[in-house]
Amino acid sequence: MRDWRKERIAFAIFGLPGTFWIFAFFTFPLVLIWIYSFSTSDELGNVVWEPFWSNLNLDAYARSLEWINLGIIWKSVWSGALATAICLVMGFPLAMAIAFAPARWKNPLLLLVVLPFWTNLLIRTYAWIAVLRTKGFVNIVLEWIYDQITAVLSAIGLGDSFPAFQPLELLYNQPAVIVGLVYVNLPFLVLPLYATLEKFDKSYLEASLDLGATQWRTFFSVLVPLALPGIVSGAVLTFILAIGTYLVPDVLGGTSSLMIGTLIQRQFMEARNPPFGAALSFLLMYATFALLWIRASFAARSKGVEF
Amino acid sequence: MAADMAIAAPTPARRAVRKPRPTPLEYGRKRWLQAVVAANFIFLYFPIVSLIAFSFNDSKRNVTWQGFTLKYYDQAFHNSGLQEAFLRSIGIAVTSTVVSTVLGAMLGLAIYRYRFPLKGPFEGLIYLPIVIPEICMAMAMRSYFGQFGIPLGFMTITISHIAFSFPFVAVVVRSRMAGFDESLEEASRDLGASPRQTFFNVTLPYMVPGIVAGALLAFTLSLDDYVITAFTSGPGSTTFPVKIYSMVRQSVTPEVNAASTVLIVLTLSVTVIAMWIQSRSGNKSMAS
Repeated sequence: MRDWRKERIAFAIFGLPGTFWIFAFFTFPLVLIWIYSFSTSDELGNVVWEPFWSNLNLDAYARSLEWINLGIIWKSVWSGALATAICLVMGFPLAMAIAFAPARWKNPLLLLVVLPFWTNLLIRTYAWIAVLRTKGFVNIVLEWIYDQITAVLSAIGLGDSFPAFQPLELLYNQPAVIVGLVYVNLPFLVLPLYATLEKFDKSYLEASLDLGATQWRTFFSVLVPLALPGIVSGAVLTFILAIGTYLVPDVLGGTSSLMIGTLIQRQFMEARNPPFGAALSFLLMYATFALLWIRASFAARSKGVEF
Repeated sequence: MAADMAIAAPTPARRAVRKPRPTPLEYGRKRWLQAVVAANFIFLYFPIVSLIAFSFNDSKRNVTWQGFTLKYYDQAFHNSGLQEAFLRSIGIAVTSTVVSTVLGAMLGLAIYRYRFPLKGPFEGLIYLPIVIPEICMAMAMRSYFGQFGIPLGFMTITISHIAFSFPFVAVVVRSRMAGFDESLEEASRDLGASPRQTFFNVTLPYMVPGIVAGALLAFTLSLDDYVITAFTSGPGSTTFPVKIYSMVRQSVTPEVNAASTVLIVLTLSVTVIAMWIQSRSGNKSMAS
């Protein structure tokens, strides 16, 4: 690594264009909405700039503490937490199976996990509409099962007039949003978990089993505690991505399944209250940074543990 | 493998000898774990595979299989709105890729090579577009263009795409440079090459796999993006994903599935090529 002062011209040529772009077209827009978050807007949704200093206030932040908005924030948090928990329950055995699979199977299996995550997010999300809608695949299978059962019941004479199958309302509600969140984020949990389990020294498990512990005991007392850095890393990442999602609640959610992403978008557009939208954006970003920081410090602390 | 099977197949007894009961640590051979893995893959693949399959289904309703047809591809291809949106998306992706690749490759090299004040925070800033929630960036960009009266359209979409793509290129190029042997540059200088000649004949050729992988990544990021595009595009500047979204909002038809399948195949093949180039150049980082 060289000191920039020794090659000022080359440093400027290589570094300045990108630096300019990130400041002009990323940092500056963020600073702008950061200022928005302390401002007020008129009824058309334009931020009032004159007089600048005396207009600055914390009203937008205070508004996010109103019950209705706290309710939406809380809904995002528990939906994200539930989606993360489901991802963990589904993803842990998957990551474990890949990590303990024969070497020649590992790469194909990993590829199978990441492949869906290289396809378009919008398409992956809307694919669930065909699965969950009233005449979707799940309801067709349920109807078929219902028909079989009623046919058998009437054949053995337990009744003959059964009500027609009522399709379940599976789409445009919060459960559909959670299914979508799990689907979209599962690879983000499996990959860090796999990375941890892959490095795991299997002789710890052998030792535990040799000393007479059952498979369950070995799993909960040896594997899970030692794999904790990977679990935390994956779970935090999944949670961050889940609470900030805009597209999934928008496509699969109904009118009542508002999450923080949708709330932010509405403030900037239909609700014509950019200061409030900006304040919510920054609250979401602060939460994201705080969680990323926790994740990084957890990873740094557990680096000392050799396994 | 095939020869192995041919010998083993006629003698079931030998196969049985070769496959004893799973030892306690062979979790991959436990039936219940295989079932869980299978369930995971069904969950991951069923929606996408059925979407693709039903784009070939000869029925307007996406429910039962009525026979193979390509007519929805023909329909999607002749849909002027989709066609226009597709061409616009390609135009935006190509422009964004060219600019992102140049900016990102140079910045990645600068970060790799130089020590400078506030380097840590600067690197954090480069990662910011990668980590912040998409909707926050989308709203910031929209407000920014609105505040300065810049009409939303091709230009605003492209500017935003470059802003979130080039950090990825910088990260990929930088990780490629981590394996660079600086003594090659010193050798070149000792043999009398100018700094300029050294850069173009020694450093740049080494960077190429990273640059190509970064460029392909930037291309798919731009082509695939919906959220940021949707809020930085104007009425006359619909991109392919935005068009798909508006069609889905009306109803999920085989035609939308056909259009989606085209996009999936396109981005998946570009991504696979990018990953292949990256792994071949000996740098196995999962940058995406």
